[in-house]
Amino acid sequence: MSGASPTEIVRFAAGAIIAHPLRSGLTSLGVVIGVAAVVMMTSIGLGAQKRVTDTISGLGSNLIIVTPLQPRTAGGVMGGAGSGQSLSDADTEAIQRQVEGAAAVAPSVTGMAQVTADGANWNTSIVGVTPDYLEARDLTIASGRMFDDRDARQGRKVAVLGPTVVTQLWGEADPIGKRIRIRGAPFEVIGVLGSKGQSSFGRDQDDLILSPLETVRSRIIGRRIKADSVQTIYVKAVSEDELGTVQEEIDSVLRTEHKIGPGEDDDFQTQNLASILEASRAAIGAFTVLLAAIAAVSLVVGGVGIMNIMLVAVTERTREIGLRMALGARRRDVLTQFALESVALSLVGGLIGLGIGLLGAAGIAAIADWPFALPVWAIPVALSFSSLVGLVFGAYPAWRAARLDPIEALRRE
Amino acid sequence: MIQIEDLTKTYVMGEETVTALDGVSLTIGRGESIAIIGPSGSGKSTLMNILGGLDRPSRGRYRFEGEEVARFSDDQLADFRNRRIGFVFQSFQLLPRLSALQNVELPMVYAGAAPRARRERAAELLERVGLGSRMGHRPNQLSGGQQQRVAIARSLANQPDLLLADEPTGALDSATGIEVLGLFQKLNAEGLTVVLVTHDRGVADAARRRIAFRDGRVTEDMRS
Repeated sequence: MSGASPTEIVRFAAGAIIAHPLRSGLTSLGVVIGVAAVVMMTSIGLGAQKRVTDTISGLGSNLIIVTPLQPRTAGGVMGGAGSGQSLSDADTEAIQRQVEGAAAVAPSVTGMAQVTADGANWNTSIVGVTPDYLEARDLTIASGRMFDDRDARQGRKVAVLGPTVVTQLWGEADPIGKRIRIRGAPFEVIGVLGSKGQSSFGRDQDDLILSPLETVRSRIIGRRIKADSVQTIYVKAVSEDELGTVQEEIDSVLRTEHKIGPGEDDDFQTQNLASILEASRAAIGAFTVLLAAIAAVSLVVGGVGIMNIMLVAVTERTREIGLRMALGARRRDVLTQFALESVALSLVGGLIGLGIGLLGAAGIAAIADWPFALPVWAIPVALSFSSLVGLVFGAYPAWRAARLDPIEALRRE
Repeated sequence: MIQIEDLTKTYVMGEETVTALDGVSLTIGRGESIAIIGPSGSGKSTLMNILGGLDRPSRGRYRFEGEEVARFSDDQLADFRNRRIGFVFQSFQLLPRLSALQNVELPMVYAGAAPRARRERAAELLERVGLGSRMGHRPNQLSGGQQQRVAIARSLANQPDLLLADEPTGALDSATGIEVLGLFQKLNAEGLTVVLVTHDRGVADAARRRIAFRDGRVTEDMRS
């Protein structure tokens, strides 16, 4: 016995969907919204990941960042990042002396200050550095010069400006040789940095002033920190392969310098870009999964909507089911017909949702100047997931239809 | 063709057990024209449902061409209804979304017939019941008599051995009813076994053999 062919059952299911376009559309809407939300969330998450990758790579290559870490106090309270003052000039020198793979070692301190020049004023970061900073951070000088070790030793009040600061204070004019006042103290502009543009976090990387470390510590930051304290030490490794070795060496040098015994916690931390990258990726990945999971809840709600309508359809079409059985439909044929109907509703909803989700993600990317990432795997996942939703939530109504007694069903008005 | 022995059907309704058929025995031969008559609740519809494979007896034997239908599985019963039986209902039972042609095709779909063959056969059957010009119409575009003729065409789709008609003229005016009965007589004359269930004596007179039911038992079995 051959029985009804699968194509015919598909046609029956499709016929019932087409017979009520509005109802079918509204039923699918839940899945449309669910799939669109999941696709949009994952796409935005991937975009965020891409952006963070770009940003961190833009910080400079082969870079190791050393920052103070406050050891746990007796009460167990941790200080915020950068609040510690455990790094000093002695550490910088120790790294320079002892770590072989270090191509550039650049200590820095940063403070915010008001800058005035020729009647204009601007609030920006004042970064106290040594000449090695340029190499460590992959910065360039666009015009003028960088200060040298002699300027630094003499504590001269010279400044190298980021392009944004120049624009804010003078517009187009050449600032070399001009005088500016930082916190009221006069500084001479000796150079302008090449532009690094906006970071992907939206921070303007050109909005800063570089000045000798000693000058910034004494003139700008003042008594808030110890006289030889350093906030961040940037160490550039000679090559990417050396990155891990250099990081280990810095750790051991600083532990010796800080007299940290075995088993005791470090009062500093070293991070290389690879590890920072990995950490941010993991964080964003977890966040994306969270968002997608929340969005998936609406997919389940959509499934419940389909189940609801399919139960109504089984009740409405009881006579049709009875008749089909009287004419020779097996229970399996009826089961398949109704299960296919809910799968089709869900799958069509999934397709539309996929389209809307991708369009929405592209739209957000365009408006927010955010990289658009197409989650390729999301296409099969969204489609198979929506079919699964249709199957799971259509199973019970279809089972109810297949279990009907044909005599009772035919008698139903 | 059909032997029924001591056929009994009981239903449990709440606390009570209702006996719809009470030890009925009958033999139906190929080519017969039978009317089953009786008031409502006499068991005539139950008998028809069991004959058509829509229901199973509680006790007794139902042999169809030597096969014990009472022991069929659900799938076997579905195939039995599909191939052996043609149903005609009082309320036509056409699917409103489908055209007359598609309605007639339906039993052939469940028999697994190829689309082309099935369409040709359906068209031929509609010609035979005089609806050759209305094949594309939907049930709501047809009169009651026309709808019942579509239903008769559908019942013939898989060349059944037995045509079962439950009050086939019940929803029709008398003139149309006579036309439909004429169609059954014509089909019977061509060799098809026809069993009509009715409470209307006038309709029953169109059959050559009349079996009267009361309280689940045969009270009269006469041939003319």
